[in-house]
Formats: sequence, structure tokens, C-alpha cells
Amino acid sequence: MAVCIAVIAKENYPLYIRSVPTENELKFHYTVHTSLDVVDEKISAMGKALVDQRELYLGLLYPTEDYKVYGYVTNSKVKFVMVVDSSNTALRDNEIRSMFRKLHNSYTDIMCNPFYNPGDRIHSKAFDNMVTSMMMQVC
Amino acid sequence: MEGLTLSEAEQRYYCDLFSYCDTESTKKVASNGRVLELFRAAQLPNDVVMQIMELCGATRLGYFGRSQFYIALKLVAVAQSGLPLRVESLNTVKDLPLPRFVVSKNEQESRHTALYSSDADNAASYSGVIPPPPGRIQVKKGSVSHDTVQQRTSADQQESTSPVVSPQQSPPTSPHTWRKHNRHPSGGNNERPLAGPGPFWAPFSEAQPGSSATSDPIWSGHSPPPHQENWVSFADTPPTSALLAMHPASVQDQTTVRTVASATTTNEIRRQSSSYDDPWKITDEQRQYYVNQFKTIQPDLNGFIPGSAAKEFFTKSKLPILELSHIWELSDFDKDGALTLDEFCAAFHLVVARKNGYDLPEKLPESLMPKLIDLEDSAVIPVISEAGEQTGEVGYASSPAEAPPSKSPSMPSLNQTWPELNQSSEQWETFSERSSSSQTLTQFDSNIAPADPDTAIVHPVPIRMTPSKIHMQEMELKRTGSDHANPTSPLLVKPPDLPEENKMSSSVKFTAGNTVNGYSSSDSYTSDPEQIGSTVTRQRSHSGTSPDSTAPPPPPPRPHQSHSRSSSLDMNRSFSVTPGQQQAGVVAYPPAVPPRPQPSQGPGPHMHRPVDAEGLIAHTSTSPQQIPEQPNFADFSQFEAFAASGVNKEEDDEIERHTEVLQVEKPSDSASSLRVAKADGRVEDKAPANVPTSAGKGTTPLAPPPKPIRRRLKSEDELRPEAEEHTQKTGVIAAVLASQPSIPRSVGKDKKAIQASIRRNKETNTVLARLNSELQQQLKDVLEERISLEVQLEQLRPFSHL
Repeated sequence: MAVCIAVIAKENYPLYIRSVPTENELKFHYTVHTSLDVVDEKISAMGKALVDQRELYLGLLYPTEDYKVYGYVTNSKVKFVMVVDSSNTALRDNEIRSMFRKLHNSYTDIMCNPFYNPGDRIHSKAFDNMVTSMMMQVC
Repeated sequence: MEGLTLSEAEQRYYCDLFSYCDTESTKKVASNGRVLELFRAAQLPNDVVMQIMELCGATRLGYFGRSQFYIALKLVAVAQSGLPLRVESLNTVKDLPLPRFVVSKNEQESRHTALYSSDADNAASYSGVIPPPPGRIQVKKGSVSHDTVQQRTSADQQESTSPVVSPQQSPPTSPHTWRKHNRHPSGGNNERPLAGPGPFWAPFSEAQPGSSATSDPIWSGHSPPPHQENWVSFADTPPTSALLAMHPASVQDQTTVRTVASATTTNEIRRQSSSYDDPWKITDEQRQYYVNQFKTIQPDLNGFIPGSAAKEFFTKSKLPILELSHIWELSDFDKDGALTLDEFCAAFHLVVARKNGYDLPEKLPESLMPKLIDLEDSAVIPVISEAGEQTGEVGYASSPAEAPPSKSPSMPSLNQTWPELNQSSEQWETFSERSSSSQTLTQFDSNIAPADPDTAIVHPVPIRMTPSKIHMQEMELKRTGSDHANPTSPLLVKPPDLPEENKMSSSVKFTAGNTVNGYSSSDSYTSDPEQIGSTVTRQRSHSGTSPDSTAPPPPPPRPHQSHSRSSSLDMNRSFSVTPGQQQAGVVAYPPAVPPRPQPSQGPGPHMHRPVDAEGLIAHTSTSPQQIPEQPNFADFSQFEAFAASGVNKEEDDEIERHTEVLQVEKPSDSASSLRVAKADGRVEDKAPANVPTSAGKGTTPLAPPPKPIRRRLKSEDELRPEAEEHTQKTGVIAAVLASQPSIPRSVGKDKKAIQASIRRNKETNTVLARLNSELQQQLKDVLEERISLEVQLEQLRPFSHL
């Protein structure tokens, strides 16, 4: 269960960011923003090789004492950043991957919508529902 | 919310009004629609109404709770008295007259209540409320109003079938509901004095399933020509036709309403017959119109409309892009960026509905779902917020143009599951690609991970499924007397944790060694006693070899690795039945063990044993239906095997001997036939010479386990524990015998006990053998993983310098 999920566009501005409401959301926004540096670093590190071989799932970007940040980048340089609570029973890597996969699938569904202009903020209800399902259930 | 003191009269009055508005009988929330009607009836200007709603907190909450409602009523009274609306005025203003609502409403209320009592209070009260809006302008309670009320009654009926208004409606959305209500009597008329419907168009809230749904029947049932006009105008420009009733231009005087009311009444009556259908149902005319429009874009009715073309087309409707995007999300069922005919009709229908003020549903109504075929009904039927629409599905069958009635029962699940299926299929695709990619390791990990707890499970507690006193008692004795009783206890706890255990629990749960779990349960299909016996046997063996086999179950017999491998070959042969059942690292086990041949059948000569074992192996493929469970067992057993590995190598030989001996001892017992057979087979494989092939062994392969390997493994398993037993075979037997006396039985029971113990030993053997085979499989998988990892490493090597 993630605490914060963000979709960042290619130009590194957020397309969609959502946090568990009880927390200080600004903190998560800041975390996601700083994690973009790590994402870029990982992309450039692997970028020398063919992009095809670059894996979409970036893995743990960096951990803090409170939470861990995972990254995922699509072939169109759209980044998904997920912040999970460290206190949460260690989410398996597989689960994180599956969550990113779901995100990716939902994102492609949004892309298929002709009324969606790439670069717009994401307002899809289906996407919201999917993200809600992945967020931590905090009262 | 500040405290509200109400006089008694006020209390009563408010309570009545609240229950009047409480169309859903929630006793907590007043239906927003009713509340708004009430406020309209209060003859207050709109902004005052809005202010009241904000003050009472309904804006904040989004619905009218009882307290909010009372406060609102009080504020209405305050406003009607001409006092400024203040929160403080709630309690400070004394002697406030009761809020006045259009009297006609009340009159109509009572009248219509009597007239339309059939429709339950909702309809009647609702009809009472509806007239006020027109009544506001001109209170005219004539037959016309009756007609309108009639119309509303039908609308009510529709409404009653569905939640009138979602409690989450916020006041800004009230205009929507208000519009909706307005629509009811108009049914195409624009009698409603639309004071400000236009501006309310802007805050489109799509979370209006209930209201939109309920209003749809009326709306859809309205005379088709108006619809046609709507659509036609929609295609071109924002229709100026009054049918797009939401525009202020549609304001007409009451007379129009009255004159048309009679006409609409007939329409209503006609509509009522169909109004019980799905509110989102597309009528024939609509369908035809949609199809024509489709053809203008895509002549081929079986083709697709590309997204861009659809975007242009629907942009002409002048709906906000956000709403069009939502409509697209709803209607593009397969998410391919193109619209088929069905999807296009659904989208068009949603657009028309939206333009007429109906709020978009959260999920695509079933009547609009494209026809799906080859979708199995799954139990997943997502809760659709528009309950009314769903209930309207009853009438769906009558929908001519849309999916055939036969689909309606399955459509909900079909269509609802389609997205899930899509997603799940995607997940599976991704999963498969993952498996093929460098993530096999993770897969393997995931496979392993759940197994780890399994490995900790040493002795799952067997739960006897088949009543067998002897076995039960023996098992209990074993359990209590066994040194490994403690080890078994954790197993007692563990098995339920295992997913496989759940399946196995259905059959038999074993306190047997680790390996036994998977195997025995798989075998337990046909022979629970055997398993139990084997469990007991194992326990006995464990107790016999306390120092050795304390924690882990007897490991697969190492010396017999050859056998196991050969058996694994057999496994491969037999497992070919279940090829794709398992992911990496999972052994697909053959189907359940077929019933063992009677021990009496026991092949006399040992030499036959191997043959028998083979034959037994051949029998393994008896119950294919058990295959699905086998993999679970396999996993479990594998891990158990891991834990058990490396323990009882040396015991194999002994086990063989013991098995044979035990086999000899065990009388032919159908229950343990399998075990016996297995043990026999294995014994034959391993130590043919040892077994005194006496007919009395009865350990002949009674019913060779369905899995040849299992049988062998079982025999190995059994051999192992039996090997352990062998060292104290006599003692064990004596123990068994000793245990027997504790059981109140005659002398003959001792023999039975011996037989039971033999059976159990055999079962243990089989389980262990199975575990061994599973371990072998796991080993292979691990090797494959390693290879893949090495490949990945090679691939990544170029990056290493980065």
C-alpha cells in the first residue's frame, strides 16, 4: 500500500500526484520532486545502452527512515513514483512491480482516450479508482 | 453545528418534513431532491436557498442529515420572516413562525397521497413535491397537475427502485436534481420555470447516478421525436430546441404545460410501461439514429471509429472536454482508442443524456455495454452505484435494440468482469513477460517466499477426514507419545497458513513429516486413512529416531536418488498432464492417487514389485481433477522436502527394510492400501531382497498412487521413516502394540493396529518420496533460475562500467 503515488511527465512536471490525505501532503510532494533526480540518474546510467534494454522498473530509489521511494519509468519518459511507508510490512518487490504495472496499464488506458492531451493533468476516474485501491487505507 | 432548540411544534413539523424528505427511509439523510423541492416550495430566492444550505452545513457535508435539515428549516423560517440569515438567528430568534412551504404542495401531498398510494409513500409524497415548482408560479391543482403527478409517479417508481439521490450530493449539485425533477413533468416540455438551470450546467458533477438514473426512464420514455430533435440538433449545433430543456430559453408558461400535459400523460402512460426498464436503455429510434451517425463517420458498421474522428464528432456536442473524456472512458470498453458500433452508441447515448442534464454514471450502465461474447460469467459483479439502473435490468430483456435478453443475466457479470478480465489478462501478460524477462528470479522468490513458512512446517497436524477410530486413536497416541509432538504442534498451526494447506485440509491434514503434507494430501483423495496411518507411522518413526528426525521430516532417501530421478522421469511423464500448472519452481503433480489395490493383491514376488511400481505409476494419472491441487501440494511438499532434505539419507536402506518388514506386518488394509502399495513398490525398488515376500504382507500395491513418482517417493518417504523405525522396529511395533492396548479393543485390534501402523509407515514413505520428487523439481527450477540470472548478468555486464 503506497502512501503517495505520482505520475511525472517527461518534462518533470507532475501529471498526477496523490497522497494519503492524513499525512502532510507537501512532504510527499517534496519527496517525489527530489526523487526525480535519482530517477534521472538511473536513467542516464542505463541510457548508454539501448533504451530497449532499459528496464522500466527502477526499483528502490532511495530510502529514508520513514518511507521508501520506488520509481518506474516508461519508454516515453513518463515516470511513476511511489512512496511507501517503511513501517509497512515490507512490501515485496514483486508487489511493487505489480503496482507499477497496474499504474502503467491505467496510464495507457488514459492515453487511449482521444480527449486526453498528453501533458494534461490526469482527471480520469478509472485512474483515480485504481490509485485508491493501491493507496494505504487510512481512516 | 450549533445547537438548535426547537419548540415542540417546530420539532413535530420538522420531523414530519424530514420524514417526508426522507425518501429512502434512511432516517438520517433527507433526500436532496426532496429537500430542494421543499426549499423551492418555500418561495425563497435561489441565492437565499443556497445560503441556507451553506449555513446548515449541507454544503460541507454534501447531504442533508437530520440536524442539517432542521437547521435549514429553521433558516427557511428565518428567511421567510424577512430576517437576515445568520447562524445565531437560529437560536436567538424566538417565536419564529414555522417555515412556510407552498401550501399547494401540502394539499397536493394529501391528495396525491390518496391517489397514488400504490406507489408507496415515496411516489405520493414525491408527487406532492413535484407540483410545487410549477405550482410556485401558478398553483393550479387541476387534472393536469394530476397528470404531471402521474408522470412523476412513474418517475417515482423509477426512483424508488433506485437511490433517489446519492447522499454525497453537494448543494451545488442540487440544481442537477432540481433539473431532474423539472424534467419529470416536462417529459420534453419545458414548463419548468428554469430560474437558473443554465448556470448550473457548469458544475457538472458526474456522481449523480441515482438521480440521473431515475430521471432517465422518464426522459428516455419521452416521445421519440423530441429525442430525435435533440440528436439532430446535437449533431449540428447546440440545439435550440426546447428539448434541450436545460436552457433558460426553455422556460415556458404554465399553460403550455397544462395543454401539453394531457398529451404527455399519454406519453407517460405509454412510457410507464417501458419506464421500468433500464433507464439507460437505448430505444430503437435512438439506436437507429446512432447507427446513422456512425455510418457518417465509418461506413462499415463492423469497423472502428478512430479516436480522433470520435473526438471531433463528440466535441461538436459542446460538452466540456472533461466530461467527454469521462464519457470516452466509460464507453471505450476495450480501451483500444477506437469505438465500435456498440461503443459508439453507448458514447452517443451518454452524450445525449448529459446534454439533457442527466449526470454521467460512475460505471457504464449494463444496457450500454457493448455486446461481449465468450466471456464466462464470473462471480465478480462490481457494485454499480446506480442501483436503479441495475434493478432496471429486469426490464432489460425487453430492450430490443441492445444486447439480447439472454445476455442480460450474464451481461452484468460479463461486462463488469470485462475490465477486470482485461486488467487481469494484462497482468497475466505482464506476468508472463516478467517471467520471460529478468524477473524470473523474483518470480522464483515469490514462489519460494511463501514456501519458506512451509519449510518451517515440519509436521502438519493431520486432521482425519475419514472416520477411523483406529487411526484416530493411534494417531493421538502417536502424537502424545511421540517425541515430536512438539514439533508437530507448530505444524498444527502452520498448515492452515499455507494456501496449499487449505486445499489439502479439505482432504487430510497430516502431522506427517514435511514431505508428507503435499503428498499425503494429494493422496488423501482416495485414502484418508492411509494418510493418517502414514502420519502415525511417521510419528512413530520420528519417535523412534528422535535424535535424528526431530525437527525436519525424514529427508528424501539419498541413496534412492536414482530412483527418485527415475521416478522423476516418471514424474515428467506423468506430470506432462499438468504442464503449465505451475510457475517456475512449482512441481506439477500428477492427479490424485488412484485407490490402491488391495493389499491382498500384493504381488508375491518381489520382482513384480518394480513392475507393480511402474504399474502403479501408470495408475497415477487417474484423477486429473486433482492436478490443480497437486501443484499446491507440490509447492508445499517441495519446501517441506527442503527442510527434510539431508536428514535421512542413511535411513533409506533401513527404511526399505523396515518398509518391507512393516509391509509384511501390515495386513492388507484397504485404507492403507495405497501406502502399502507404494511402500511395496518402493521397497521393491530399493531393497527387493529384503522384503519377505509373504502374501501376508498385504502391502501389495493396493491402489498405486496416481502419481508414480509419488508412489515411489512415498515409498521412499515411508522407507525413511520406516528406516528409522527399523532401528527400533521392534520397539516401534511394540510401541504400536503397546499403544494398541490402550485402545480398548479386543486382541484382534492389536493386529489391526499393527496393520494401521504399517499403513502409516507406508504413507509416510510415500509422502517422503513425493517430497523428494518435489525437491528435485525445485532443484531443477533453481538451476534454471541460476542460468537465467547468469544470462542477465552477462547482459548487464556492459553496464557494469557505468
